[in-house]
Amino acid sequence: MGKPLIETRKVSKVYRMGEVEVHALRDVSLTISEGESVAVMGPSGSGKSTLMNILGCLDRPSSGGYWLVGEEVSQLDRNALARLRNRTLGFVFQSFNLLSRTTALENVELPLLYAGISARERHTRARDALARVGLGDRLHHHPNQMSGGQQQRVAVARALVTHPHLIVADEPTGNLDSRTSVEIMALFQELGRTGITLLLVTHEADIARYASRVVVMHDGRVRSDEQQTALQAEPGSAPADAELSP
Amino acid sequence: MSPLQVLRVAVRALMRNKLRSFLTTLGVIIGVSAVIAMVAIGEGAKARVEEAFASMGSNLLIVLSGTTSASGAHGGFGSMPTLTWDDLKAIRSEASAVRYASPQLRSNQQVISEDQNWATSVNGVSPEYFLMRTWPVAMGSPISPSDIETGSKVVLLGQTVVDKLFGSNADPTGQSVRIQKTPFQIIGVLARKGQSATGQDYDDAVFIPYTTFQAKIQGGLQKFMAGAFMVSAVSSEATTRAQLQIATLLRDRHHLPIGAEDDFSIRNLTEMASAQQEGVKTLTTLLASIAAVSLIVGGIGIMNIMLVSVTERTREIGIRMAVGARPRDVLSQFLVEALALSIAGGIIGILLGLLAANRLAANFGWPILIRLDIIAIAVGFSGLVGVVFGLYPAQKASRLDPIEALRYE
Ligand SMILES: Nc1ncnc2c1ncn2[C@@H]1O[C@H](COP(=O)(O)OP(=O)(O)OP(=O)(O)O)[C@@H](O)[C@H]1O
Ligand SMILES: [Mg+2]
Repeated sequence: MGKPLIETRKVSKVYRMGEVEVHALRDVSLTISEGESVAVMGPSGSGKSTLMNILGCLDRPSSGGYWLVGEEVSQLDRNALARLRNRTLGFVFQSFNLLSRTTALENVELPLLYAGISARERHTRARDALARVGLGDRLHHHPNQMSGGQQQRVAVARALVTHPHLIVADEPTGNLDSRTSVEIMALFQELGRTGITLLLVTHEADIARYASRVVVMHDGRVRSDEQQTALQAEPGSAPADAELSP
Repeated sequence: MSPLQVLRVAVRALMRNKLRSFLTTLGVIIGVSAVIAMVAIGEGAKARVEEAFASMGSNLLIVLSGTTSASGAHGGFGSMPTLTWDDLKAIRSEASAVRYASPQLRSNQQVISEDQNWATSVNGVSPEYFLMRTWPVAMGSPISPSDIETGSKVVLLGQTVVDKLFGSNADPTGQSVRIQKTPFQIIGVLARKGQSATGQDYDDAVFIPYTTFQAKIQGGLQKFMAGAFMVSAVSSEATTRAQLQIATLLRDRHHLPIGAEDDFSIRNLTEMASAQQEGVKTLTTLLASIAAVSLIVGGIGIMNIMLVSVTERTREIGIRMAVGARPRDVLSQFLVEALALSIAGGIIGILLGLLAANRLAANFGWPILIRLDIIAIAVGFSGLVGVVFGLYPAQKASRLDPIEALRYE
């Protein structure tokens, strides 16, 4: 295992709704090393999404410390958080979150645009990323002209186009049928082999078996945290035209 | 992101809602075109007034019979003549700030040629009258001092009268016209003078020696003069001094006790000119302010639509932030959208304003004057409207919390 990429110390998140306080996370301390692929499981409302949003720098903890690549995230301002989201990590959502009426290519170029990368390089890198997820022939399709699986692959391409250390995925197969889910998981696993750290939430034990470590959440706490031998995705279930080796 | 990138993203967003974008800019379009057209008309009117007073001659004073007060005239000027011919002589010899003085007797008469006739104003004047008004003859010769002495029956025609009686470009010198049955010999034609500030045609007039006017038009010599004096000061600075000297002289000659009202009035043409110009300026300012208010209303329209747009696109903002857009990237995106709307409105507004001004000029003969500085100000102002009214929605967008924005339905 590599050096720690993520380190949280007693991270808590409290939502205040009028009189009621909801403890979404309670003292979560986790260390995730570079190159690990971690599946996060647990019942609905156990705090998985809350944890992913904090680790993905979209949200801040109410208390506790969070270090990402050695940087204390809870101390950073909005601009620095934007930079981390842009360069250090890629986020994949359950609901894809692509810009509508915008081509696949432009959606994938979006992070590069905010990174200040020249138009020519944006273009080639976005093309490469789409080819990697098997959508080399769908560059100019809009999200509403693509299937759910294809849309999620565009989202994966967008997450990896900046060459991040970490990809955070919150139920990336939650809106997909089981066959498409396997395809997406194969994609993630191929990514894992390139050394990228993966953090993904899932409800399905089948899918968690592809990870090298399973963290189970319950009521805002880590209930169990175990290493396992990751199941290899079936050969052939990955898209035929994918070029997944680095 | 480079400014060009920001602009491209903004224009794309606006093009998605073409009709809405157009309707949003409509307020600015109307505001800017109104400002441009109103100022062009106002400036045109001002220029015409200036030109008209310049053509009237400088340093001029007009002395009239009758009293005047702050509220205006009692009974009307000249209704009861108080000025005498001796007054005119005294003004000429005793008022040091006065250069020229001429009587101006006026009567509307039918002027008859061989086969035409025309009603116009017949003026009895002295030779100095034309010097004061810097009004030379275009053909023939002017009225001479000996014409005054002998009361000769000679006449100078204005261009309009020539056009009406003899046809345009005709040279009627040497021919004669009849006024009240008296034949007058045409000794010359005056140069074209144009219109007065009030739109009256200066060239629609004929001039005869004042002595002849008294004898033939008024019928018999009188002590009192049924007309006015036109007086010019030695310089424009001396105008007020001349006015004072004439007033003192006339009060003395008319034996008015201290505290009694003047039985004459002196009008200063320069003052009248500036008063009229003030009027035009006030009108221009008023029109331009109304137009500027509509520009602000246009700005509020932009703000309204930008706020709607920020709300509608909350999720888009969340997605952009999730992939690394900084608050200032979001701010500039929405600000540039507002600016693009207002500047586009400004440019279209200028074109429409110029078009409207030209149409008015062509169809109604209104004078217009296009001022480049006003166009620059209009563009600048519409840009300012965009920034001022776009800033709040843009700030609202940039302050969104990424996770809240992504959750927005
Ligand atoms: N914005 C919010 N305001 C108030 N409470 C919230 C908010 N977001 C989450 N919560 C609460 O925090 C707790 C954890 O929510 P979270 O979304 O992290 O659960 P989850 O494990 O992702 O569940 P699921 O599997 O259904 O997605 C829940 O009780 C939820 O009601
Ligand atoms: Mg969740």
